[in-house]
Amino acid sequence: MMDEKFFIGLLALAFVKATPITLGALTGIYSERSGIINIGIEGTMLVAAFTSFIVSVVSQNLWVGLLGGMLAGGLVSLLLAVLSIRYKVNQIIAGMVINLLAIGVTNYATRVYIDTSGIAGIGVLPKWRIPLLMDIPILGPILFQHQPLVYFMFGLVVLTHYVMFYTPWGLRTRAVGEHPRAADTVGIPVNPMRYASTVIGGLIAGMAGSFLVVEAVGSFQKMMTTGRGFIALAVMIFGRWNPFGALVAALLFGFAEALGVRLQLGDINNIQALVYLTGLGMLLGGTIQMITDFVKKKETRSKIIAGMVAITGLIAAILGQTLTFPPTVIPFQFLGILPYVLTILVLTGMVRGAAAPAAEGVVYEKQ
Amino acid sequence: MAEQQLALRVEDVTKRFPGVLANNDINFDLEKGEIHALLGENGAGKTTLMNIIYGLYKPDDGKITINGEEVVLHDPNDAIRRGIGMVHQHFMLVPVMTVTENVMLGNEKTTTNFLHMLAPLDRKRIAREITQLADQHNLKVDPSAYVRDLPVGTQQRVEIIKALHRGAEILILDEPTAVLTPQEADELFDIMRSLTQKGKSIIFITHKLKEVLAIADRITVLRGGQVVGSAIPSETSEHELASMMVGRDVLLEVEKSEAMPGDVVLDVTDLIAEDDLGHQVVRGVSFEVRAGEILGVAGVQGNGQREMVEALTGLRRAVGGHITLLGENITRSQPRHITDIGSAHVPEDRHKHGLVLPFTVADNLVLNAYHVEPFSKQFFVNRAAIDANADRLVQEFDVRTPSIETPASSLSGGNQQKTIVARELSHATVKLLIVNQPTRGLDVGSIEFIHKRIVQARDNGVAVLLISAELDEIMGLADRIAVMYSGRIVATVPAEGADRNRLGLLMAGAEVSSEINTLM
Repeated sequence: MMDEKFFIGLLALAFVKATPITLGALTGIYSERSGIINIGIEGTMLVAAFTSFIVSVVSQNLWVGLLGGMLAGGLVSLLLAVLSIRYKVNQIIAGMVINLLAIGVTNYATRVYIDTSGIAGIGVLPKWRIPLLMDIPILGPILFQHQPLVYFMFGLVVLTHYVMFYTPWGLRTRAVGEHPRAADTVGIPVNPMRYASTVIGGLIAGMAGSFLVVEAVGSFQKMMTTGRGFIALAVMIFGRWNPFGALVAALLFGFAEALGVRLQLGDINNIQALVYLTGLGMLLGGTIQMITDFVKKKETRSKIIAGMVAITGLIAAILGQTLTFPPTVIPFQFLGILPYVLTILVLTGMVRGAAAPAAEGVVYEKQ
Repeated sequence: MAEQQLALRVEDVTKRFPGVLANNDINFDLEKGEIHALLGENGAGKTTLMNIIYGLYKPDDGKITINGEEVVLHDPNDAIRRGIGMVHQHFMLVPVMTVTENVMLGNEKTTTNFLHMLAPLDRKRIAREITQLADQHNLKVDPSAYVRDLPVGTQQRVEIIKALHRGAEILILDEPTAVLTPQEADELFDIMRSLTQKGKSIIFITHKLKEVLAIADRITVLRGGQVVGSAIPSETSEHELASMMVGRDVLLEVEKSEAMPGDVVLDVTDLIAEDDLGHQVVRGVSFEVRAGEILGVAGVQGNGQREMVEALTGLRRAVGGHITLLGENITRSQPRHITDIGSAHVPEDRHKHGLVLPFTVADNLVLNAYHVEPFSKQFFVNRAAIDANADRLVQEFDVRTPSIETPASSLSGGNQQKTIVARELSHATVKLLIVNQPTRGLDVGSIEFIHKRIVQARDNGVAVLLISAELDEIMGLADRIAVMYSGRIVATVPAEGADRNRLGLLMAGAEVSSEINTLM
């Protein structure tokens, strides 16, 4: 059953699932590169999702809803910036305040206004099938038959990379996040840069939140972000505060989520799929690690470990393809855990030595 | 002199901070092509004056003239536009960025239209300009190197290039030699001379008297926010300048008698230690310190001194080797046990490791003994004993504090350091004193006092291990000098007749020649 169609469907879904996570990670990149820790991405997304729903219903236009969601995200991030910069609140606490506030406000509003009136959504944005490109075998259906925000996400990744590393704006933003006093002595306004960067991030978080309403679900549900803002943070760290790194990491999470969704259909042997795909993943990861080890001339032990992972993966993949597995159905609640388990593994194992911007979380005060 | 020749003139400048008159009616001028040294202790008002010239502070009173034109500087941008460049004591460079990126930061020169913030950076062009400036002024540096990989001497050159690239005609160098080896300092002086020959003017801020006499064309001395005198190097002396700075006669040389070394107190063999990132930074260090002698460890900061001291005091686990204190193996002992045996430690960073800043002076004075009698009885601390102890030590060690209940954070650096020294030397059983950078950033008066106390401890039979980046301090105090470079002791020589130049070379990593080996 695990044929070409299965993989195409799975990968296409992975890109969809990776979209809000990547956008959330870009939010983190903008604010943290400028020195403001943003753990309020989750709350920002939630408020944006709620706002985009209301605005789209009122205006009867999903694009206006998207715009409303982005503005809401920008405003929530402005609140984070004001708390962190103007009032020097500990930034972890400020972010937590935003998360709790978002849950409280949206739950209350939903209960009082939406549940009672039974407002219905107005659907989701249609797919944009890119002419010609969509007809490419395999790649076409995976990459070029998506709803608009998936393409926007790719565009923003490229744009953010350009802005951060190839323009004065990015150079200054990073300087402010690494060594604010150095930036100040060459006349760069530290705190205004931080406000700007955090709010730009907020607009993007707004897009991530709106995505859930205007593309994925079509209506607002309580706590519908379900931790995606936190996964985005893990992704940002895993991607070392780089947009493309974040995209790759988000695809990993998106894939895990897509797999969970796909297996629930019940037409595929769950255990076989897990064994097979884990094997493929290990084979891929181990091989890439081994190549980088050789390129970077790492110690032999590291190469051997990578090689063993790759070989184990290969064996698992072959077994997964050949053996017959008992037809066990894993309860869908467990399959839904996959991305969260992955988050824990990533945060405990793989982020050691990740270099955060040096002045992150430190209030800048002129002498 | 003609007005046109003045690059900068400061007239009657006054700056008040709450409770302090930081600059009182200061007059100062700088001729074109001149090196003008500004000499003064911490808190004399040097930094305030420079921050006014650099546009960071606005003066309450007085006026500033640049190239004959009276100016008001609102922020550093104003100052930079008028050709003032500053090389800060703590470099203002972003370590994870390249030299080019650091130089272009804030002055990227992409385009002049409103899109200049989002236009592509032209790294190649800036790198070319850096190479040009570097050739012109003899400032060797690789534009594509990351700043974090550069030695401090090179980082300083990057700072100078950064200022020149912005068109600086007047350079302010704030304590530029504090982080350099003597050789690097000499190189810097060559650079400064070549800069002035090309018409740049330099304000050289320092408290090191030898350097002032070596390089300056004119000297202005500040004390208590006022100009207390000026001089020309050929017509003054170190002693005269020191007296001007402090306002009284000071002893620059420490008076000490012949050492009377006794038994070995601290014996270290093949000590190996790692830094926080797991790099081996102490790589097989062996030495011994005897009762009644001072062993000075000279070396540029960051050559493993900190980790070595932490291993010796039990704050860091030694990866290999043996440490023996008074015959007992303490390689794996707890810090408290090491203290109890008789080791005293004046740490490098007095704010982070020497004091609990929000605690009172009295509490800070018993940090090493609060848990034993008389300061503690059963479950309770004995306030009366702690206060009596504080009263006695504050008197004895001349700690200038409003009261013993004052938090340590509000004392001056010198008095904070005296508090630490008082605590460590008052410990009942002290047999070994480890002092790391004991006088960094202190005023001449406090330095004099702390040096005296260290020598006094030695004369009382304490073994002293002195670690310092100041070669003068080592040469003045130590009986034997060990030079530490890259995690190893590269040479040990008697202080008597030690050659300053050779020590400097060793500190910079020059090969250990056979000559020095024979000196041992």
